[in-house]
Amino acid sequence: MTTAEIKLTAKDFVTDQEVRWCPGCGDYSILKQVQTVMPELGIPREQIVFVSGIGCSSRFPYYMETYGMHSIHGRATAVASGLKAARPDLSVWIVTGDGDALSIGGNHLMHLLRRNFDVNVLMFNNEIYGLTKGQYSPASPFGKVTKSTPMGSIDHPFNPLALCLGADSTFIARSMDRDPIHLREVLKRANAHKGTSMVEIYQNCNVFNDGAFEVFTEKATKKLNTLMVEQAKPLVFGANSDKGIKLDGFKPVVVDLADVSVNELWIHDEKDQVKASILVRLFDAPSDENTLPRPFGVFYTEDRFCYETEMNAQIAHAIETKGAGDLDDLIRGKNTWTI
Amino acid sequence: MKTEIKSDVVILFAGDSGDGIQLTGSQFTTTAALFGNDISTFPNFPAEIRAPQGTIAGVSGFQLHFGSVEIFTAGDAYDVLVVMNAAALKANIKQLKPGGIIVANSDGFDPKNLKLAKYPDGVNPLKDGSLEKFKVYEIDVTKITRIALADSGLGTKEMDRSKNMFVLGYIYWMYNRSLDNSIEFLKEQFKKRPELIDANVKVLKAGFNYGDTVEAPMHRFEVKPAPVAKGTYRSIMGNQAAALGLVAAAQKSGLTLFYGTYPITPASDILHELSKHKNFGVKTFQAEDEIAAITSSIGASFGGALGVTASSGPGIALKGEAIGLAFMLEIPLVIVNVQRGGPSTGLPTKTEQADLLQALYGRNGEAPVPVVASYTPSDCFYGAFEACRLALEFMTPVFFLSDGYIANGSEPWKFPAAADLPELKVSFAKNELKEGEAFLPYKRNEKLARPWAIPGTKGLEHRVGGIEKENETGNISYDPDNHELMVKLRQEKVDRIADYIPLQTLDNGNEKGKLLILGWGSTYGSIKTAVRDAIAEGLDVSHAQVKYLNPFPKNLGDMLKNFDKVLIPEINNGQLIKVIRDKYFIDAKGLNKIKGMPFSSDEIKEKIKEMLK
Ligand SMILES: Cc1ncc(C[n+]2csc(CCOP(=O)(O)OP(=O)(O)O)c2C)c(N)n1
Ligand code: SF4
Ligand SMILES: [Mg+2]
Repeated sequence: MTTAEIKLTAKDFVTDQEVRWCPGCGDYSILKQVQTVMPELGIPREQIVFVSGIGCSSRFPYYMETYGMHSIHGRATAVASGLKAARPDLSVWIVTGDGDALSIGGNHLMHLLRRNFDVNVLMFNNEIYGLTKGQYSPASPFGKVTKSTPMGSIDHPFNPLALCLGADSTFIARSMDRDPIHLREVLKRANAHKGTSMVEIYQNCNVFNDGAFEVFTEKATKKLNTLMVEQAKPLVFGANSDKGIKLDGFKPVVVDLADVSVNELWIHDEKDQVKASILVRLFDAPSDENTLPRPFGVFYTEDRFCYETEMNAQIAHAIETKGAGDLDDLIRGKNTWTI
Repeated sequence: MKTEIKSDVVILFAGDSGDGIQLTGSQFTTTAALFGNDISTFPNFPAEIRAPQGTIAGVSGFQLHFGSVEIFTAGDAYDVLVVMNAAALKANIKQLKPGGIIVANSDGFDPKNLKLAKYPDGVNPLKDGSLEKFKVYEIDVTKITRIALADSGLGTKEMDRSKNMFVLGYIYWMYNRSLDNSIEFLKEQFKKRPELIDANVKVLKAGFNYGDTVEAPMHRFEVKPAPVAKGTYRSIMGNQAAALGLVAAAQKSGLTLFYGTYPITPASDILHELSKHKNFGVKTFQAEDEIAAITSSIGASFGGALGVTASSGPGIALKGEAIGLAFMLEIPLVIVNVQRGGPSTGLPTKTEQADLLQALYGRNGEAPVPVVASYTPSDCFYGAFEACRLALEFMTPVFFLSDGYIANGSEPWKFPAAADLPELKVSFAKNELKEGEAFLPYKRNEKLARPWAIPGTKGLEHRVGGIEKENETGNISYDPDNHELMVKLRQEKVDRIADYIPLQTLDNGNEKGKLLILGWGSTYGSIKTAVRDAIAEGLDVSHAQVKYLNPFPKNLGDMLKNFDKVLIPEINNGQLIKVIRDKYFIDAKGLNKIKGMPFSSDEIKEKIKEMLK
């Protein structure tokens, strides 16, 4: 049997390391979905690299039987940029947290997105610093009481995906730990996209921020508070799929499907940057009244050149026009004299 | 007119940044080198790109030292000071030798320029007798240039841009040099604007002829070719040499050079140089900051490239945490620090050697990093190459130290043939595991280096990170004994490099004696000149320049003990001396200069005399 014929399974992506997350942590489910999806991607294990920063989420590479690097806080995006530039042949996955990606690593995230390296970013958003035991993060809502904000956070939080769209991200999606099927679909889409795929994954930290995303993940409230977007489909949600979203100019409004025909609804078009910018702005706090639901799915995709492709094209062009470099010529330079 | 014979001459060309000073200087340099003189140069830029014209802050200088003898520094005091305006004179007159020559563009001494240079009202140094102890040649360069170009069809602004060619031509006359090299240069430079070739050549010739025709007695000098070793030479600046050394190391190891960096003075020129050599497969990456610069290089190295990152002090400070990561990952990485005056932003355009302790110790935890420091512009080629060799052979980050003085300074270089450079053998780990055998990413070879198993190698999938790892397996481990073992192993790996580097040699002097001057880095030229002269005067002094600062060559301690006294001159407040005293328990004395400038050889010679009294 040749190696190409060996069909990998999720088990082949499990390492011998004991998984050290707290029991009940949302990270377990994400790990499971990633391990499940990997064999379906058809990429040999040795061609896959997981790079992470620091945080609970960033322990991830140790549990993946691929190549991996657990780097330093906030820098996985930069490490991965260099790796992809040097080795465009690899499938590179970045695992990061909301603190890792948006706080200490905010700068690199922005630049990764604009450069559009062909890598995948899985940002585990638990709206808290898990590893350091419960301080608020740049994604924590205003007023959030945490260990470092006993009187409530006075930081205005980031809207992570709006930030990413602002940085000209070419693939923007959101999923959650508690919806395995959805998450696996989004992971496959991320892998298929050529360019930086930004996937925000809502992840429950049951120890320091339990239930942060409950309304989106629990059966009783999920349907009313989430909006699952699908390409070319109208935006429908609600307990009995009885509500929809219509665009009134640029303003999204909730309508009752009893009054408004499905044909009048906003049809999801992931190539439409204007619509995507409205979609990522559907970010109401679920506790408020008359809120718009929180969207999940692939919001935006765009075909744009990748940094590493251009980098190699320049090298190829230089070799084509100047010839492959000759070390003696280089050392000699243009002006010499002999004594 | 008499021609005086000189063994060596120091000229400073000075003027506004816009006066074409650097070009004038580098043209004279090539011409002198082609003639066979030994030469050393140093440019002096103003800190601000567009400092106000005519002011002291805006003065740009190019210092060159050439001779019929061996030249090791850009020179201490000037024999000739060429000034395009009053500010240039004011800023540099202090360093002109008594009896030295001033060539002054008189147009740059009009009331406006005098005022900008902050001379008191009504004072013109060219007229008030204050320059009596010098020979002053006043030339209205602007006027003569405009006359020469009267029918060129150029506007006055464009005509004035050729002023520097007049000065160059005149200095060529003074030292009786051929104009050919510069004419060739102008033809190449203005290929697309033939009218500018004509204009500049015309003015260059006008400058030369001026010397011949003017009635006032002017001096001419002869500086014969130097007895330099036979061979083919080129002129090289330190940063350029470092860039070429990196490319050479990549070629010799068969790896792709990945250079992640963020612009900073005085390191940026390495990036500029490397980005021209994409046909060598060089990947330059201008990152968003120094942290991304080094971590992207780490990523590239992890992928099997030769990762290199460069900066100057402030940027190196930002890289600290990531250097620790590379150290823990035990992957090859070269960190170039082209030092400048610190701390903080410090003196960006001035030189200093004050980052040695940062290189040796500037990280959290026990994280020793090998350090190689070059000592002349051309040595930066070998220094950078050697840093790559150590990084690849020992799977470790390595510091390569240079500084603003040698980075921007230039000298003739009898360059090597590519074939004469050592091969840098790199073998990525192969999957030779037996059935059921686990890959051990931290199992070490006889040099204590671990295998470099790059992604794409089937069966060697493994995870690395900054967390302490179990010996051999590389799995996360918080075991106390294991941690101590790993710290010792990593230290031992770096210490053992001493077995694989050359022994320390003396540059000059006896093996035993009264006084050893121990230098490192760019102080080389000044020390060498001082020691040469002191020995010629019969003093018992020797000189060694350490290039390997961690680990030190194995024989360094014994060498030091052969001398009654040891003097360590440094362009800092005493850094190498701390390490030497700590390691060898000797009562070394320091000579420290912290003015953003190199030592003059006289400063060192005086100290030698004082210590041997
Ligand atoms: C330079 C540096 N600063 C601070 C820390 C401490 N630290 C580790 S993880 C972390 C926050 C992690 O939060 P997040 O990225 O959201 O990951 P989570 O643990 O929530 O998955 C902090 C502050 C560190 N490891 N390194
Ligand atoms: S602290 Fe929170 S995020 Fe971290 S492992 Fe525990 S539950 Fe998960
Ligand atoms: Mg978090």
